[in-house]
Amino acid sequence: MRRPGTGDAATPDSADDSPEEPLADDAVLEVDTIRRESDVDAVLDRLDSELVGLVPVKTRIREIAALLLVDRMRSKFGLSSSRPALHMSFTGSPGTGKTTVALRMAELLHGLGYLRRGHLVSVTRDDLVGQYIGHTAPKTKEVLKRAMGGVLFIDEAYYLYKADNERDYGAESVEILLQVMENQRDDLVVILAGYKDRMDDFFRSNPGMSSRIAHHIDFPEYSIDELVAISELMAAEHEYVLPSDTTAVLRDYLERRMRQPRFANARSVRNAIERARLRQANRLVSEPGATVTKQQLQSLEPADFLASRVFTDDAEKHDDTD
Amino acid sequence: MRITQGAFSYLPDLTDDEIKAQLQYCIDNDWSVAIEFTDDPHPRNVYWEMWGLPMFDLPDASGVMLEVDACRDAYPAHYVRVSAFDARLTRQTTALSFLVQRPPEEPGFQLERQEGPDRTIRYTLRGYASDRPVGQRYGRGDS
Repeated sequence: MRRPGTGDAATPDSADDSPEEPLADDAVLEVDTIRRESDVDAVLDRLDSELVGLVPVKTRIREIAALLLVDRMRSKFGLSSSRPALHMSFTGSPGTGKTTVALRMAELLHGLGYLRRGHLVSVTRDDLVGQYIGHTAPKTKEVLKRAMGGVLFIDEAYYLYKADNERDYGAESVEILLQVMENQRDDLVVILAGYKDRMDDFFRSNPGMSSRIAHHIDFPEYSIDELVAISELMAAEHEYVLPSDTTAVLRDYLERRMRQPRFANARSVRNAIERARLRQANRLVSEPGATVTKQQLQSLEPADFLASRVFTDDAEKHDDTD
Repeated sequence: MRITQGAFSYLPDLTDDEIKAQLQYCIDNDWSVAIEFTDDPHPRNVYWEMWGLPMFDLPDASGVMLEVDACRDAYPAHYVRVSAFDARLTRQTTALSFLVQRPPEEPGFQLERQEGPDRTIRYTLRGYASDRPVGQRYGRGDS
């Protein structure tokens, strides 16, 4: 068998592969220049301004970014800079920003030159596991091929492996994933996400998976202050304004909502704001003969939140209390 | 005889990295990439067998490279080529096609001359390898 480039075909100039001479041993590099050359700061700043709280997550991302920068500088001196293992697992309650951070992570790794494309392919069990024998492998490979050069984000990864059913096809999918995570580290970063306790179970039954993941990042629950900050950001995103009396009501609302079941952090905040928008629209339209100003169209009033069922009934009776 | 077919065939064979770069160029142009193989490389045999489906939605060349390698492993002594189809309305044709693997030995073609009436001569190209059945033509009996 003769493959191009492996047989007697002329090999291209190896000089093309290493265009720069390594720097002298006593050379000094300016960290700031290197920083500026990559997009690290832009991405990290966006991470800071667009994501509230999440201190442990941001710290870990900063560390990864710093390592990647150091590796880049090492390579300028001709020191070996082996690509670090970048597979990650994100654990945390619903609505703590796992998907958003995964998106940012893809951008960050792309900016640092560790991913060629920097796109995010978000999948769940349905996309990976087939329905009959022989269906799983091609399906998983198809997804992996699509994710090459970017980030493969597997949401609720613990569904992939069902410990109580040995014949479940999920195990096959996990096997292929492991193989690719090991062999094609340069092409693909895999991020697994899910609830903390169930992910721990998943890793316990798949020790190979756990050891191939370098970064286990836990997303903390948001505090009430962070939730209020998030709601202000979200309102600003839709070009709404929350006057200070509304903020006070909103804080009260969130405190009550947090005590109720099925509280989903930022996602609940989003729902609350969406419903407030509905009520505001209804309030503005239903007044007979009313006129509106730009300021009225923009601001969400306390009444828009006070009408919520969270304030009126006890939530046990209702499933959706947002 | 080294068969020259498709783009780059007068150059030394492309390395895997060069193939990858070409594939990325195709993908960046929104061409869909397909892998084809055959052991009957007669110039008029334009329809080679397809390896899987054309790849429409891959953003990165390493996904295509996976399939190229899978095809090479399954058919180590066949010709394998990649063709990129440009589906834009005004073009709708193969935009680029090049070999990514050739058999270890290529015996070449014989030129047959057939005498006709009035001293006319009809020419036929016949591959030496095509004497043998499909799958046993180049080196090992794989397929």
